[in-house]
Amino acid sequence: MNDKRLHPVPGAGTPITEADLHAYADGQLPAARHAEVEAFLAAHPQDQARVRDWKEQRRALHALLDPVLDEPLPLRLPLAPPARRWPWRALAASVAVAAVSASAAWIARGAMDARHLQAVLATAAPERAAGGYAQRAAIAHAVYAPDMGRPVEVGVDNEKGLVTWLTKRMGAPVRAPSLSQAGYELMGGRLLPGGAGPVALFMYGAADGQRLTLYVTREAAGEQTAFQFTQEGPVRVFYWVEGQFGYALSGAVSREELQRVSQEVYKQLQG
Amino acid sequence: MRADDEALILACIPSLRRYARGLTGDPQRADDLVQDTLERAWSRYSRWQRRGELRAWMFGIMHNHFIDGVRAANRRADQTVPGELPDAPVRATQTDRLEVRDLERSLQALPAEQREVLLLVCVEDLSYQETAQILDVPMGTVMSRLSRAREKLGALLQGRDAVNRLHRVK
Repeated sequence: MNDKRLHPVPGAGTPITEADLHAYADGQLPAARHAEVEAFLAAHPQDQARVRDWKEQRRALHALLDPVLDEPLPLRLPLAPPARRWPWRALAASVAVAAVSASAAWIARGAMDARHLQAVLATAAPERAAGGYAQRAAIAHAVYAPDMGRPVEVGVDNEKGLVTWLTKRMGAPVRAPSLSQAGYELMGGRLLPGGAGPVALFMYGAADGQRLTLYVTREAAGEQTAFQFTQEGPVRVFYWVEGQFGYALSGAVSREELQRVSQEVYKQLQG
Repeated sequence: MRADDEALILACIPSLRRYARGLTGDPQRADDLVQDTLERAWSRYSRWQRRGELRAWMFGIMHNHFIDGVRAANRRADQTVPGELPDAPVRATQTDRLEVRDLERSLQALPAEQREVLLLVCVEDLSYQETAQILDVPMGTVMSRLSRAREKLGALLQGRDAVNRLHRVK
């Protein structure tokens, strides 16, 4: 494997290599080199055809395999570390929680959430033909809400950009309700794969660190449902369908608290 | 284990499943591979110790499991000949069904180490550097496997055309 031509460290102005062509097709070239390769290809139709084929392969492979991303995760996958194998580890964790701050307590609580969720998922499979998106919403909540570093993809400082982007990807106008009155500030949002296409997820935070997520999907469009409630481990979910969107508000808060905020969301998103 | 690291591992699962499906061409075997990878990841987590990106670490674990499986299969006498693999069930629309089956079959006909590089680069959008790290090979090896994989996949996909052309010439 000492083929020098295949070593992908292109220098500007140096001859175009085979590796450059691959890196071009894969979008891995710096802008200046990209332009040089583009000029080269314009003058070399045979290489241009090869690069076109490679790009077409990329597209076809994505089309073949991307649907896997939207599948629900099979129950047999372990979604949390085995709980009892290292008792000393749990002990160390509780010592750490006692010693560190409230935010550390929040993180450890998230770990419990994930474990509980796993337990519930393993036992409560049959009864979720309807409102399948509510379960996905609960999982999304359990995955992202405890994330301290990067809970959202686009922050609230770019709320307009966030809403525009999600609207474009969802193919219908999406809005993030303002829940300040209810005690929760918008933190931002992200795009997720859902059961049938993209899903918008907005995250809200309260002053005490509590987080709520609003899951917005189009897969339930047309169905008419009243407010429904479900629970996955410690994560409670209110969900309903309004117009072309299905909504699910999730949080590890009391049912009364969640219902209070859900009604506020419902009120704002109506019409 | 910190909850946000747990969340990072969970967030890797959809792309691990996609990669595994491309590697094996079979949903059951793919999820076997994902299950093994996750079990190893949860139990070896303490050894990761933040040396590099978690995603690359997870894909590295899957690579090791996959290669172990390939070696075991190679040791078995009744090894399936590449190119004669049974049709894997593939989700597709009616119109491009044949095309998709061709691609699926051609992908599985590539040597395993070429298929790995092709999928990591083209589908998982990993850099050549990350791919080299995951597979534990030099970057030059990644590039030459990628080059051969593309050439071979292209030849396999155009196989039928090539046959037609030969017939026309004669």
